[in-house]
Amino acid sequence: CARAPMYDFQEELVIRPLHSGDIYASFQFRTVWDADFMGDQKVSHYRLFPKSLGQVITKFSVRELHISFTQGYWRTMQWGQPYLPSPPGAELWVWFQDTVTDVDGTWKELTNVLSGIFCASLNFIDSTNTVQPSASFKPLGIGNVTDHSFLRYATLPREIVCTENLTPWKKLLPCGSKAGLSVLLKSEKLFHSTFHSQAVHVRPVCQDPQCRTTSMELRQTLNVVFDLHTSGQGKREWSLFKMFSRTLTEACPLASSSKVYVDVTDNPQVRPFELSPATPLLTQAVVLGDRRTYSVYDLTQQASFGSSRSLNMLLRWKAADGEMLRPLLHSERYVAGYGLQAGEIHTLIYNHHPYRAFPVLLLSAVPWYLRLYIHTLTVSSKGKDNRPSYIHYQPSKDRERPHLLEMLLQLPPNSVTEVTVEFERALLKWTEYTPDPNHGFYVGSSVISALVPSVVAMDTNSTLDRPLFSSFFPCKEEASYFMRVYTEPLLVNLPTPDFSMPYNVICLTCTVVAVGYGSLYNLLTRTFQVDEPSPGLAKRIANVIRRFRGVPLL
Amino acid sequence: MGLLSDPNRRRALIGMLTRLNAPICMICYMAGVAWFMGLAFEPFTLRTYMSENAMGSTMVEERFPAGERALATGREFAAHKKKTGGMPVDWLVRTMQARGLEVYTQRFSRKLPFPDEDKERYMVKGTNVYGILRAPRAPRTEALVLSAPCSPGNENNQAVGILLGLAQYFRSQIYWAKDIIFLVNEHDLIGMQAWLEGYHHTNTTGMDWSPLQGRGGSIQAALSLELSSDVVTSLDLVLEGLNGQLPNLDLANLFYAFCQKIGVLCTTQGKLPRNDWDTTSGYSHAVQTMMLMVLKQASSRPWGDHGLFLRYHIEAASIKGVNSFRPYKTDATTVGRLLEGMYRKLNNLLERLHQSYFFYLMPSLTRFVSIGYYMPAFGLLALILLLRALDLWVQLSSPPTRTTEDACPPLCPLSAPQPASPGVLSILTPLVISHLTGVALYTLPVLSQELAVEHFPVSETEAVVLTAIAIYTAGLALPHNTHRLLAGEGTEQGWKVLKLVAVLYLAVLLGCTALINFSLVFPERGLLVGVNDPGLTLLFAVFFFQELQETPVTLQEGWMLYLSVISQGILDHALYGSLLYPLAALLVYPCWLLFWNILFWK
Repeated sequence: CARAPMYDFQEELVIRPLHSGDIYASFQFRTVWDADFMGDQKVSHYRLFPKSLGQVITKFSVRELHISFTQGYWRTMQWGQPYLPSPPGAELWVWFQDTVTDVDGTWKELTNVLSGIFCASLNFIDSTNTVQPSASFKPLGIGNVTDHSFLRYATLPREIVCTENLTPWKKLLPCGSKAGLSVLLKSEKLFHSTFHSQAVHVRPVCQDPQCRTTSMELRQTLNVVFDLHTSGQGKREWSLFKMFSRTLTEACPLASSSKVYVDVTDNPQVRPFELSPATPLLTQAVVLGDRRTYSVYDLTQQASFGSSRSLNMLLRWKAADGEMLRPLLHSERYVAGYGLQAGEIHTLIYNHHPYRAFPVLLLSAVPWYLRLYIHTLTVSSKGKDNRPSYIHYQPSKDRERPHLLEMLLQLPPNSVTEVTVEFERALLKWTEYTPDPNHGFYVGSSVISALVPSVVAMDTNSTLDRPLFSSFFPCKEEASYFMRVYTEPLLVNLPTPDFSMPYNVICLTCTVVAVGYGSLYNLLTRTFQVDEPSPGLAKRIANVIRRFRGVPLL
Repeated sequence: MGLLSDPNRRRALIGMLTRLNAPICMICYMAGVAWFMGLAFEPFTLRTYMSENAMGSTMVEERFPAGERALATGREFAAHKKKTGGMPVDWLVRTMQARGLEVYTQRFSRKLPFPDEDKERYMVKGTNVYGILRAPRAPRTEALVLSAPCSPGNENNQAVGILLGLAQYFRSQIYWAKDIIFLVNEHDLIGMQAWLEGYHHTNTTGMDWSPLQGRGGSIQAALSLELSSDVVTSLDLVLEGLNGQLPNLDLANLFYAFCQKIGVLCTTQGKLPRNDWDTTSGYSHAVQTMMLMVLKQASSRPWGDHGLFLRYHIEAASIKGVNSFRPYKTDATTVGRLLEGMYRKLNNLLERLHQSYFFYLMPSLTRFVSIGYYMPAFGLLALILLLRALDLWVQLSSPPTRTTEDACPPLCPLSAPQPASPGVLSILTPLVISHLTGVALYTLPVLSQELAVEHFPVSETEAVVLTAIAIYTAGLALPHNTHRLLAGEGTEQGWKVLKLVAVLYLAVLLGCTALINFSLVFPERGLLVGVNDPGLTLLFAVFFFQELQETPVTLQEGWMLYLSVISQGILDHALYGSLLYPLAALLVYPCWLLFWNILFWK
């Protein structure tokens, strides 16, 4: 062994007051381990890195793993963009290393193991809901892999996320829920919210600037939105205690950095809210294409806690503020039509940018029991036909694999692009219905991946605190940024038999067979002949006597 | 079949059926009517019960406190409505937003085929406003709807007030699992039609509407609230929807359960459930309630704003507040608590309402008759037609062969009759002509209104109705002239073939109608008697309906009502896709013309 593996652990909490009066809290815990999982050396000594995950990654030769559990739908129009988007339910996507020969088998085993680790029904992932996206999900870590046969993507839109998923997630943290930011993660508050999402991302990152060796990075994130009316009693006033019913008293001792950021971007000019205790530390960053200002509380500094030895930030709105900046990209999806035979899936993608068109990748995986009529696929923007420049379509196979449709679309500025496709509802075999068939069947969220022109680059007229020579070409820092938007999942009713019917059906079938078939068979096989009129009484008596005598009858 | 394959026994059976045809028919008819009337007799009906587990055992608490504040909001709404002279869109949007809802509006416009004189509208333009309460931690897949109409004048202000009050109260609760859509629709059913078509992105009636911006997934249930007074004495439940569709019976059960729990008087068809079934008045009360339901269902029109939801397989009902002279009053808080309770239980639903019956009649709110019990009544009536047809068939096939009976093999009587060429021709012509008259009755009234207005001193509406009546009456004169053109004029054979076809036609028609809208069969049954024509049946139904509602009308008023019913029927078809008018014009009327033809054959 050349040198002991190095560990690094950082924890971070970002609080963003939203324009609707709600508040968004996003936790990130990052563990980096300078160990090469991909090499052939055997790793057996784990310190900060959770052993359960590490072993899984080694055993199944996973290059990248992204898993998220979400309860609720991110309301882009009210809340803006999340730091880490995720679809309702569970989502799992994995890049395997190119040494894996049987990808499908490994994927199957991996989902079952993860199902155990996260106490979730990931074992319901099988070939009928797994797809291999060709363009939408590129590796986020280093490595230039293009062969998407090593990628598997699946969502379970019906997955309910609750405390039993939170506990195993917290166990992966070096400090558990004992110290640092994670003391705030109390389930009775986290699940008294309007949105809850937790995720685990594992990816290889560069160890040094020359990128000679790689490290494994584990990011655990948890996003939660508290509602103004249900959690905040309608008062535009938030504190750590009100949100989590806990305050911060210390950093995690194992963490190299432990910080709390509060988004105060709108504060300096308009001052819609005040923040106490105030902190002298401010930092600026371009996040999601927008230049934001953050107040920073460094928990490793004793000064952050003040005299009361606990940190409880308080945000108080002074006035209900006006309009928020409309998000540049958002989407909507619904099922049109009525009746249980056919239907139409409409996906609307809004580009709110006033003058820039930009391309998006739309991915939708539709279960096989909605039979898509792909010839009815239409894409239109502003009333005109909008031809996708790239289409990847994989038709479904009944009971084997879902439809996969990926398209590269150009969204004209300030427009709505509508993608519609008709479908027919299949009649399932009676054992294939779920125990609650009248609830309907879920279709997972579509994924829209886009490079969105950044808001910073949008104001070409602003010379605000920047030298003139730096601002002529619109191509500035982060001219566009990557963004992923998930649409709503769909709930579709399929034709459902009345399950109390089998008894009636059996009775009816038996009756039909007995009466209908029986008598028809009888009619067809019987030979008809003209019957002699019955002989008279005298003749019959004579015949009886003749039979006794043994002579032929009359 | 074993019976039939024996020629002797078959002959005996057929002989008996033809010999006793008239008595058997009489018995069937009596039995059918008696069976139907017996449905209202309490010992023969079942008590309603909650079938859906998710709504039955789960207890909910009703805590809605703010009835007075809701009424104040209602008054504010009324003031703004008066000021804007229509839907106060801006005020509603602001108020809903202040209550923490996601608010959207939808504009729509519709030009009616001819002016609606009852509601005084022709070019309809309006706006629907709806706010969505997003359920916490729910992925926008399921929704419930609560709607209140924005009516002209002083009506339904309290309904909008309670809707907004409930929205505010519901918003601060954490337990919602389905999005709740609060909808205020303008121009009652037209607005509702526009909203539903927009929500499901369909267009069945050619209306113009702007697309909806926000949705809540698949709608599981809807309630429509109509309330025009601060206090109510009772709440009336309206179930009958478009084309006689009914919501799942569990929705009625849910309403009844909460009325019992909270202690509100509740009615259906405006009639309280009574306990004295063994008295004559108690029985006739039940019969009245049931007949009202049958007539309303037969009219095929939506009897409340909920009626249009049913097409989209959304269980829906209207709740109407009634303020009569009874001393015991219920305040708005109690009505709010009732709705809160119902929504909390609907929120608990794991599946769509499907456990209970979809086809039923209600002789009172606590009793119901399911499809299995009322269908035999129809079966007995349909049997008469088949017996008559059999009789005619035998008559047609046997007389020429009777003289040569010995030469004929036993299978002969049931083999097809020698195709009498004049017979076939003679029935084809009346068939075609009566259907053409039907098509004329269906298309001409609306098409020719301008022409009629030009030449006669009538309004458009009158023109349409009077044209319809004119074509209808003109049709009566046809048979006197048509059959003279034919070769097989006046033959006994031709007459019988025509009658056979007409009887079978009617049997098929009744059978199909019974499957779509059972209640329609009973007015149609009038045709059985032969001379009873559809127009008279409708007239009779109008008077009967008024009688049942305990608002008898004079002959003059009845006639005016009759005219407006015809125009409403045509409008319902054009606006919402009600099937009664095309059914009557294209199928029932031609069928009846055939009988009329038979009557004047010779």
